[in-house]
Amino acid sequence: MNSFFERRYVIAGIFIALILILLARLFYIQVVDDRYFLYAQNNVMRRIMQYPARGPILDRTGKIMVQNEPVYDITVVPKQVKAFDTVEFCKLLGIDREGFDKRMAKARVYSPYRTSIFEKQVSAQQYASFQERLSEFPGFDTQKRSLRTYPDSAASQFLGYIGEVTDAIIKKSGNYYSPGDYVGITGVEKSYESTLRGQRGVRNLIYDSHNSPKGSYANGAYDTAAVAGERLISSLDMKIQKLGETLMKNKVGSIVAIEPSTGEILCYVSSPTYDPNLLVGRERGNNAAKLYKDPYKPFFARPVQAYYPPGSSFKPLSALIGLQEGIIKPSDTYNCIGYYMAGNHRVKCTHVHGTVNLAGAIAGSCNGYFNMVFAKVLNAQGGKNTDESYTSWKNNVNKFGFGVRLGVDMPSEGKGLVPTANYYDKIYHKGGWRSTTVASLAIGQGELLATPLQLANIEATIANRGFYYKPHLIKAIGDKQVIKKEYTIKNYVGIDAQYFEPVINGMQSVVDYGTGQGSKIPGIVMCGKTGTAQNPHGKNHSLFVAFAPRDNPKIAIAVVVENSGDGGTWAAPIASFIVEQYLKGSISKRPSGIFPEYYIEKNLLPDIIVKPADKAKIKADSLKKITADSLKKRKADSVKQAGLKSAQNKPAKKGLGNVLTAMLPKQKNDE
Amino acid sequence: MNNQRSFFFNVDWITVLIYLALCVIGWVNIHAAVFDENNASIIDLDTEYGKQFIFILSALVIGTVILLLESRFLSALAPTLYIITVLLLIVVLVAGHNVGGNQAWIDIGGGFRLQPSEFAKFSTCLLLARYLSATNVKVTDPMSFLIAGGIILLPMMLIKLQPDDGSTLVFCSLIFVLYREGLSVYFLIVIGLLATLFVSALLVNVWFIVIALVAAAALLLFMFGRNRKFATSLIIGLVIAMGFVFCVKPLYLHGLKPHQRVRIDEVLGLSKDLRGVGYNQNQSKIAIGSGRVWGKGYLQGTQTKYAFVPAQSTDFIFCTIGEEWGFAGSVVVLGLYLFLLLRIVLIAERQRAPFSRIYGYGVASIIFCHVIINIAMAIGYMPVIGIPLPFISYGGSSLWSFTILLFILLKLDSNRMGINHA
Repeated sequence: MNSFFERRYVIAGIFIALILILLARLFYIQVVDDRYFLYAQNNVMRRIMQYPARGPILDRTGKIMVQNEPVYDITVVPKQVKAFDTVEFCKLLGIDREGFDKRMAKARVYSPYRTSIFEKQVSAQQYASFQERLSEFPGFDTQKRSLRTYPDSAASQFLGYIGEVTDAIIKKSGNYYSPGDYVGITGVEKSYESTLRGQRGVRNLIYDSHNSPKGSYANGAYDTAAVAGERLISSLDMKIQKLGETLMKNKVGSIVAIEPSTGEILCYVSSPTYDPNLLVGRERGNNAAKLYKDPYKPFFARPVQAYYPPGSSFKPLSALIGLQEGIIKPSDTYNCIGYYMAGNHRVKCTHVHGTVNLAGAIAGSCNGYFNMVFAKVLNAQGGKNTDESYTSWKNNVNKFGFGVRLGVDMPSEGKGLVPTANYYDKIYHKGGWRSTTVASLAIGQGELLATPLQLANIEATIANRGFYYKPHLIKAIGDKQVIKKEYTIKNYVGIDAQYFEPVINGMQSVVDYGTGQGSKIPGIVMCGKTGTAQNPHGKNHSLFVAFAPRDNPKIAIAVVVENSGDGGTWAAPIASFIVEQYLKGSISKRPSGIFPEYYIEKNLLPDIIVKPADKAKIKADSLKKITADSLKKRKADSVKQAGLKSAQNKPAKKGLGNVLTAMLPKQKNDE
Repeated sequence: MNNQRSFFFNVDWITVLIYLALCVIGWVNIHAAVFDENNASIIDLDTEYGKQFIFILSALVIGTVILLLESRFLSALAPTLYIITVLLLIVVLVAGHNVGGNQAWIDIGGGFRLQPSEFAKFSTCLLLARYLSATNVKVTDPMSFLIAGGIILLPMMLIKLQPDDGSTLVFCSLIFVLYREGLSVYFLIVIGLLATLFVSALLVNVWFIVIALVAAAALLLFMFGRNRKFATSLIIGLVIAMGFVFCVKPLYLHGLKPHQRVRIDEVLGLSKDLRGVGYNQNQSKIAIGSGRVWGKGYLQGTQTKYAFVPAQSTDFIFCTIGEEWGFAGSVVVLGLYLFLLLRIVLIAERQRAPFSRIYGYGVASIIFCHVIINIAMAIGYMPVIGIPLPFISYGGSSLWSFTILLFILLKLDSNRMGINHA
């Protein structure tokens, strides 16, 4: 002991104090502050996305329409590349030295330590020979991906295509997608994206400080497996779909067929079309650019996007409304003298029909009769309050899904056009128009515009005698074949069943001895209506709508062949072949002597004259010279999306009617 | 006199137990730090943990040998040991083996290397104890103070030449010994003050510090100003302090080597370079912080396993402890050290012989300094200084020298009832 004995407390105090300070700091970083735990996780963990196989799509008979085909990419980690025989390497992949250097430089710029794609989608052959010698090329590897393939090269506008996500899509998806992901851009690939894409999985991998993989984190406890996309069963029948596409070769137009008892769409043809396989693989970019430049707009999904005046094919609907409103009776007759006086305006009829009743008027497509009916409907209040009567008529038309969106399971569906009373008020001032002013509506002309789908749906409704199921292209989803509930609900159109028979009688006569008699199918009672839609841009559109057989109908169909002439000449025979093929499985010899090959070979493409000097103007106004209506409408869109990147043929959702009416000059008293 | 058996009974077994506990903790964590799943045996002489096992066994032999020595021998041998150490420190500068920029190793054949600076620690302690325990020596006496200082400074300077900053710093801790033996408390205060001023001058504007100093001086003058002697020394102190403050920046910029400066900058937050200079310390902090309360579990530390922390088995061994055993592990390890230090103080104070007491304080100071610097460095409280964690870090030289250091004290203590040697 000495005099400084008490100093041991000072020293012990310093020891205690400093150790407590360290413990306090440790308490803070270990217990209080959570950041370090996350930092440590981020140090070692990499979340690797597992991409599921995209769901395949089958037709109604189980035939594959789209499936996945494996392709191989060559990948490289630049830092791991060691000296090797570059000459041999280039030979294997069919590239030159310059290309090799370019690719390596690109990979190095991306990251010297991470895998980047050296060469995309090499052929199976190249892959095989490369894989065999992989060990000679350290740092290189192969990676399997899958591409969509279309065994039948058909139904492109239905199937749509997939493409890399854009920033806008990523943003809209709430960052579900990341750059480089593929996503449905149009067609069913788009509308059923969430079903087809499946569920991505995640693998949590551990990487050490040198960024080399060290296996999975926590033995995969937090990993999720990728769930493959569900398969879709389409309502399409590939047989008639392909027949339809063949028949429509070298024609502009569309075919839509619906099974009335379910609303399932059997045939969805948009012509001209393209081979969906063109939009897959390495040539995709070039092919897409070519297709976009095609003046006949193969990407345009005419069944739901093209608008046509229904013309005479509208007459059965017109008659049904008249019957339901009690304005006409089936037996009421009308004396056709070759024209109809709408006020002091003479509306020409196709023939001098003489005295016709309802069935006769339909069979002979008598304009005068339907002008008379329409005038009576609009003058229900004695020529007063025309707008009210008109609105009631319009509502009745809308109930058939005409002028409204049917809600088909495809993107960019158009709703057609049935103008509002307000629309006429604006043009002629309120009370300034009457039945005679809008007389052409009676015969499906004037402002009326419908999509082929709407036309087919009207036929399905008539076939069902008063109701329709929402038309749809996907009949069942997944292995469990789930059917959406909305497709099992009957949509009644407000016409009593009794009023259908007289109209159907007329429609049967159309085929039996009327305007569509050339298309009579032996052994099948088909009820139809031809239409010859006038349009101010060129030759008439040939239309035919029908359903068959008369009792217990199996198919309702609408065919439009643009700028080709009479409905009975082109559309009706084409429709009859499809109906017969669908119902009988083959096409028989016709008493009228028509046969499919004639129609297949016929080129009815409207002329497109583009002067070389105008080429600069093409971008902004590419379709001025194109006379077809569907092309015309396409113009509004193509102006909007001058670039080729966004591949959607989407009609503008807002103000569509305005755009269209602005483009269509007034048509009056056309037939 | 005491027979062999009673010698062993007089050994402070509590200290031995703490010592063994720390060695085992070290061994286990070295295993975790260099663990390789493909080679999982804990006793494999090719691995660091296998070697550490041998080091621990040999350290125990060394410890036993020391306990069997005559204690008289230790005091008598102190000058010789000191001279040998100093000679070795000179030899190492001339013919040493350079590892990581430090000329600190002497090859002694058979793949073994000796680190003289490690042995300098206990030989300096021994000589210091021997000198200060002489009856006519008092630290308060300037001449004695200078000689005592010289004993510490000579090896310190030689080590600084290697240059091994860590070990150099350790010798500074012997100020505790001088303080215990009567050095004026003002030394500690002045050193603390200078350290504070140094750090503050780097962090804040010099003029703020000047204002603060003047204000503090004015307050003290107002309170104790009547005492003229105090007032005079206060004013002199104030002038010196202000002068020092102004010298700090130039001293810092020109007196330190760049690698030292960037490390200090990193700790003080003057620069942030988490990929470069700050990488090691940042990863070490992440490792320790990510352990949370109970740790990730033995061999489960990702920072450790996947080599994010450098020098994991030696200077940064505490990362493994913090990561795999969490705050609980930190408390246990630091608790053991604190217990050991207080135990050593207790042992030192119960000695009748000043030699033993002084030596005991030397042991405590050196261990304390190592622990504080090592852990403060691992959690970013201090610049990176290569200095092992006593008994835990991997390495034979370090383990043996700490064993010798501690067991000499135990030997002296076991003899405390006997004759006063000094």
